[in-house]
Amino acid sequence: MCLGIPGRITAITDAGRLMAMAEVSSVRREVNVACIAGNDIDALVGKWALIHVGFAMSIIDEEEAASTLEALRELGEAQETLEQMAHSQEALQ
Amino acid sequence: MKFASEFRDPAAARALLAAIATKADEIGATRQKPIHIMEICGGHTHSIFRYGLDKLIHEGIEFIHGPGCPVCVLPMARVDECVEIAERPGVIFTTFGDAMRVPGHKKSLIRAKSEGADIRMVYSPLDALELARRNRDREVVFFGLGFETTTPSTALSIQQAAREGLTNFSVFCNHITVPEPIKALLDDPDMTLDGFIGPGHVSMVIGIHPYDFIARDYRKPLVVAGFEPTDLLQSTLMVLVQIGEGRAAIENQYARVVPEHGNPVSLAAIADVYERRPSFEWRGLGEIDASGLRIRRKYGAFDAEEKFGIGYAASSRNVPEIEGCACGAVMTGKMKPTQCPQFGIGCTPEMPLGALMVSSEGACAAYWQYAGARAAAE
Ligand code: SF4
Repeated sequence: MCLGIPGRITAITDAGRLMAMAEVSSVRREVNVACIAGNDIDALVGKWALIHVGFAMSIIDEEEAASTLEALRELGEAQETLEQMAHSQEALQ
Repeated sequence: MKFASEFRDPAAARALLAAIATKADEIGATRQKPIHIMEICGGHTHSIFRYGLDKLIHEGIEFIHGPGCPVCVLPMARVDECVEIAERPGVIFTTFGDAMRVPGHKKSLIRAKSEGADIRMVYSPLDALELARRNRDREVVFFGLGFETTTPSTALSIQQAAREGLTNFSVFCNHITVPEPIKALLDDPDMTLDGFIGPGHVSMVIGIHPYDFIARDYRKPLVVAGFEPTDLLQSTLMVLVQIGEGRAAIENQYARVVPEHGNPVSLAAIADVYERRPSFEWRGLGEIDASGLRIRRKYGAFDAEEKFGIGYAASSRNVPEIEGCACGAVMTGKMKPTQCPQFGIGCTPEMPLGALMVSSEGACAAYWQYAGARAAAE
């Protein structure tokens, strides 16, 4: 819960609500981008961000994203986060 | 050998360990008279245990595991209140999975769920919000737990719920802050702390200046660190360099992610939605001034404490912890997890007695999980 996970913003899904689609370790998940949107939300597409409980908190470069993801995998945190994302989809039903 | 295969960049780790050893010798750190460095964040604790850094590092450096795991410092009374809310008719109680197994006086959330309460593990408060949209006839409560990294997410969710005019969404706010418990630890005459490794992702939100008082008023160095092993080693070295030079400053080893002044949007949302409580209870540490947040009056419609009349403000304080549990002593670094009489006997990750055994960021669970790796490193 305390560590963010890197994801790549692939599309803006709802500019009004500042929501975007992100790809986290090949899992797609809608995230809030309020904290990184600035004045040009469309400029986020293609960028990497640290995503924390569904909120993109900080833009990072691709290299940082790769090494962070690797470190999270080694700690078992990446798998845990992806499981939580999957669980959460079920919980919505 | 194990060391080489464990690190992604073994050469860098080796060089850092050597540099740390030189510095430690220079400042006269020994096993008998060690330098005590507290890593505040539970993610750092996990990383230290995962790689056995405390065993690989010079024997004059001792890591003290700080209170930076929100699950570990959650008092039993708060868990009891979660269960009470969750068991009310019509409620859908949503929480991060981490909180499910924290023991309460009567039961944990996972037990309440198995007994029929509608408790759902969600990844994000956004999912709780979506549940509220889809279930207008139910009250959806989200358990707001965590430090400054998580606080913006619930603040932004409450703002969104207000914009949409949702009337069946509330947050049971038990958010806590990082700087205040550090002050409490520094004021504790039993603690000897020589420096700090500061949390990375918390600082991404708040920046590095909320720690200024540590250097200014207590003359202790703090270095904000990433959580990869080489980040931790480099930050330890930076702390030692400051000690060697007789300096105390707040430095940022994780500048690639942590901006000096934090994230302005997050900070604005937190300030809009939350205010400080005069004090808040921490498991193992007791009451700490100004260390918890509550929802401001203007967002009272989204405050589960108001809606249900339960919570920290309404409860009697300092409900005693379970007997024989040494969480408080472990959390303040006065005892190693293995010295707790319950460790591995009455308390295991499957059946935790204390909260430090619940999450991989808790010192006891980390000790337990990596016991094999630790034995190999010794
Ligand atoms: S072993 Fe269990 S009871 Fe003992 S300090 Fe650790 S978490 Fe607390």
